Amino acid sequence: MKTIYVDNNATTRVAPEVFEEMTPYFTDLYGNPSSMHFFGGQVQRKVEEARERVAGLLGARPQEIIFTSCGTESDNAAIMSALQCNPEKRHVLTTRVEHPAVKNLVANLKREGYRVTELPVDRHGLLSMEEVSRAMTDDTAIVSVMWANNETGVLFPVEEIATLAKSRGVIFHTDAVQAVGKIPVNMAESHIDMLSLSGHKLHAPKGIGVLYVRRGTRFAPFVIGGHQEEGRRGGTENVPYIIGLGKACELAATDLEEKNLRVKSLRDKLENGLLEVVGNSIINGDAEQRLPNTSSISFEYVEGESILLKLSDKGICASSGSACTSGSLEPSHVLRAMGVPFTAAHGSIRFSLSFYNTEEEIDYILEVVPPIIEQLREISPFWKGPTARSCAAS
Amino acid sequence: MWVYTDKVKELFDNPKNVGEVEDADGVGEVGSLSCGDALKLTFKLDDEGRIVDAKFQTFGCASAIASSSALTEMIIGKTLDEAGKITNQDIVDFLGGLPDKKMHCSVMGQEALRAAIANYRGEKLPKEDSEIVCECFGVSEKEIVDAIQHNSLTTLEQVTDYTKAGGGCGTCHERIEAILEEVMGQEGAEPKVEEPAKPRLSNIQRMKLIEETLEKEIQPNLAKDGGSIELVDIVGDRVLVSLKGACATCAASDITLKHYVESKLRELVTDTLVVEEVAQ
Repeated sequence: MKTIYVDNNATTRVAPEVFEEMTPYFTDLYGNPSSMHFFGGQVQRKVEEARERVAGLLGARPQEIIFTSCGTESDNAAIMSALQCNPEKRHVLTTRVEHPAVKNLVANLKREGYRVTELPVDRHGLLSMEEVSRAMTDDTAIVSVMWANNETGVLFPVEEIATLAKSRGVIFHTDAVQAVGKIPVNMAESHIDMLSLSGHKLHAPKGIGVLYVRRGTRFAPFVIGGHQEEGRRGGTENVPYIIGLGKACELAATDLEEKNLRVKSLRDKLENGLLEVVGNSIINGDAEQRLPNTSSISFEYVEGESILLKLSDKGICASSGSACTSGSLEPSHVLRAMGVPFTAAHGSIRFSLSFYNTEEEIDYILEVVPPIIEQLREISPFWKGPTARSCAAS
Repeated sequence: MWVYTDKVKELFDNPKNVGEVEDADGVGEVGSLSCGDALKLTFKLDDEGRIVDAKFQTFGCASAIASSSALTEMIIGKTLDEAGKITNQDIVDFLGGLPDKKMHCSVMGQEALRAAIANYRGEKLPKEDSEIVCECFGVSEKEIVDAIQHNSLTTLEQVTDYTKAGGGCGTCHERIEAILEEVMGQEGAEPKVEEPAKPRLSNIQRMKLIEETLEKEIQPNLAKDGGSIELVDIVGDRVLVSLKGACATCAASDITLKHYVESKLRELVTDTLVVEEVAQ
């Protein structure tokens, strides 16, 4: 059975060029970049080359790039640093739809006595700039707003929020894990102070991340140890992965626009094809302000885990915001924050594409999905035929 | 990814008895769209009062669909009294097991069956008079108590796995803990399964066992901290010992004696023993 991988917001395939670039640093070139000898020195130069490549993709300076272990570490480091550097400020401003790396961290901060505002989103998953502005106070130590939502692909106006934060003297951080590599990012023309990214979302391996910290931003390290990363992140560098990420960023920066157009046209074909054939199906998230690769689609009156298992039997790998798939009992906090009705939230499926996907794969998905939904709807006690009133329409 | 048994997979791929029985004698509906799973069970009786046909419609995950299919297979051919005895554990056994977090799927099957039988008999379900504890998933006290009793649950997490209660906003957690304590307290008063009684020992056997326990169980552990223990005498239930090595000068030796030596002897020999230190 062929594997059709359309779960690229969960993780991506390591690009063959990335893997090739990494391998010598597992075998022959195993030196420690901190060593004084030539053997470590050549590794150090390669690490610095990777830093330049990452900086290139972000439109940043190399010294603004700190390598970390993952997106979650970057998010934690950014928020904790802002709090430590502004001990007199006790307010954190974020949104209700953040990734658990931010969501659960601020929940902990709340228990520790910080004041936390989690801004709501509308039914398209969008923020109100007015509310952002109102919620930002003199007491706000950091504003942390994700760039692109992992479940729906909805984009937030982070540049605009960053500019506002700067005018109020508040540090702005964005979790850009889902955005970098998928949309253009340029720190040179931005007021974003800190930005998190994760390697495995852009065809580098799992276990490597970056925190971008704008020059001049006060920073307190999260992982305390040696002098590595200019003392901003202790611990011997994960050399092969850093080099892999560098290559992945170089690849992502090449023909970004062109690749995006191709991915978007495949995504649109998939989405429109499903909406056309499967009745009572709804797209979650704003149609325009959205990543080109992501489609969160709800099939009413059926449950997501059942759909995923049937898709998986056909070789199709996707994910769901349903309660059953997560092990929790409630559907995704993102869909709930958007007010997606329960009829639809439990039956949501996320397809997330990459430029490795092909038109044939999309055709195959379009062929496989409709009979699966039909079969599950026949079992469902709530399905009264295609004339049933759609809850989402009300 | 969940690990499902082959039986769950088989019934999910090819569920049996899907649909609605025409002119059903009993109809049971449990769950809702908001809960994420729901089951509608219908059955028909023959002239002798046996279930001749049963069908289901389920909205839910693979284990919910498989549990429903299993339920219909299990009840066809049974009288209502026989069917009424089927528990969620029977459904789990039929399926060859379910993941912990999916136990509520089997409970949903049992509840749909009870609701359908009550519907046929024109009875009210006991849970209808029971106070709702978990507002998020509409779970009553009666349902929670039943799940605790039938499945010997001991933790809040297990109650959530089996009934979904407490899986939402969490405001009912304290109440569920209180119910757990109450039910477990009752069970403690009249234990259902009695602990196997320790065999009665003769005096000689008992002395030997005390000696053996001290030597093989206790001595090696004390030795790790540089201590040692010696049996001096046994007078009735009193075990007289003398502590040596590091134990002799250790400020915490009283605690070692009572909390470790005595409790170990009580556990392995007789629970009336008292350990005393004597000077030598």
